[in-house]
Amino acid sequence: MEREVGTFRVKAGLAEMLKGGVIMDVTTPEQAVIAERAGAVAVMALERVPADIRAAGGVARMADPRIIREIMDAVTIPVMAKARIGHFVEAQILEALGVDYIDESEVLTPADEQYHIDKSKFKVPFVCGARNLGEALRRIAEGAAMIRTKGEPGTGNVVEAVRHARTVNSDIRRVVAAPEDELGTIAKELGAPIELVREVHELGRLPVVNFSAGGIATPADAALIMQLGVDGIFVGSGIFKSQDPEARGRAVVRATTHFEDPAVLAEVSAGLGEAMPGIEISKIAPAERMQERGW
Amino acid sequence: MATIGVLALQGAVREHARVLTSLGADVRLIKRRDDLDGIDGVVLPGGESTTIGMLLEEYEIAPRLRSGELPIFGTCAGMILMADEIDGSDQPRLGVMRIGVRRNAFGRQRESFEEAIGGAPVAGEPLRGVFIRAPYVTDVGPGVEVLGRVDGKIVLCRQGQFLAASFHPELTDDRRLHRYFLEEIVLRAPHLA
Repeated sequence: MEREVGTFRVKAGLAEMLKGGVIMDVTTPEQAVIAERAGAVAVMALERVPADIRAAGGVARMADPRIIREIMDAVTIPVMAKARIGHFVEAQILEALGVDYIDESEVLTPADEQYHIDKSKFKVPFVCGARNLGEALRRIAEGAAMIRTKGEPGTGNVVEAVRHARTVNSDIRRVVAAPEDELGTIAKELGAPIELVREVHELGRLPVVNFSAGGIATPADAALIMQLGVDGIFVGSGIFKSQDPEARGRAVVRATTHFEDPAVLAEVSAGLGEAMPGIEISKIAPAERMQERGW
Repeated sequence: MATIGVLALQGAVREHARVLTSLGADVRLIKRRDDLDGIDGVVLPGGESTTIGMLLEEYEIAPRLRSGELPIFGTCAGMILMADEIDGSDQPRLGVMRIGVRRNAFGRQRESFEEAIGGAPVAGEPLRGVFIRAPYVTDVGPGVEVLGRVDGKIVLCRQGQFLAASFHPELTDDRRLHRYFLEEIVLRAPHLA
């Protein structure tokens, strides 16, 4: 057998290896080292964390390749980076840099309001955001090898992450419970390919790993979302916008591993200092909500 | 049949559990020291070796795995944790095997691949190796048997009751390597044989 590079199995397989772990947003090599030392399974290399992107306004784009390279050189764990929705050239650049995963992300300003990136064309795997099962399956159909529920990035408010995790779960329960002859109609309602709906019906879960993102700020938030059945956690602004990032990073990692053990959660939650300041979702105008980006 | 503990701190836990269950083993997930009571063998799954190594120490699982009383099968990150030498790294490890490993030795994710493995200890077709940011073995000490290579690099080896693979048999439908671990290593332990 010849060597086959970049098969869907090795793309989705890396996400399987990240399960039960925490992926942290970092903007400098120093932060990347702190994240690795805290036990992160991967880092997301960015120019600004979502809370700062939200504060700065304007158009948010792929990070400077120099920053991404410096972060890749600083740590041995996988490095992810974000491309704008539909911006396949940013994705080509990230692939050329050798990042380990590309996040086609609503945190950045979309480059295309109609079409997401054709992710199956790349050797590097993609993770994409979703608020419900239909959106998740559309992204998988385009080649995404990992899903993360969107939440509302940069808010430090877990409510949207909970909403999206519960929505995906309830959509899956409906697909699993439905008799086979109703799956076609459900696929139409979800706006998702019937083959993937059938796969969910058989597996009882998404066909790829599903993490949670967007608003996780405390160890308890991480454990809450893990108990709702997601496979792992992205923490964006929650670590490096807090008072003591290393301590909080360590605590979120331990809470994600021992998410079912309240004694461990109590211990790791103690004495972490201030969490990031949160934002009430109703105070964000609908047009400013990042989760509405993509379809 | 044997009771196998799958280390469940992080990583590809459910895949190993699925394969072992289908082979008739009782599977238990290991997150803390006491979970090892009554276990006949342990699987260290793929994941991030830096994360798993750190948590192995903190939750006091490492000393019993290091004592040599239990058979261990490690895949990918599991192999790294079993090695006594990790090229260029002082990260926490069990160090139960006399092997040197290099992390991400075939390259980054972009270079991750599937390929047949020559010389594997199973009958029939070669194993299909799924290599994801995989390590390989650079040095072997006395008592280490090399069982498989890709490109001339050592990707599968055994030292007594310890078995280590660079790749991920748990991501395929091929259960032969897990069966080998159960039948040739775990079930031959004095108290089960």
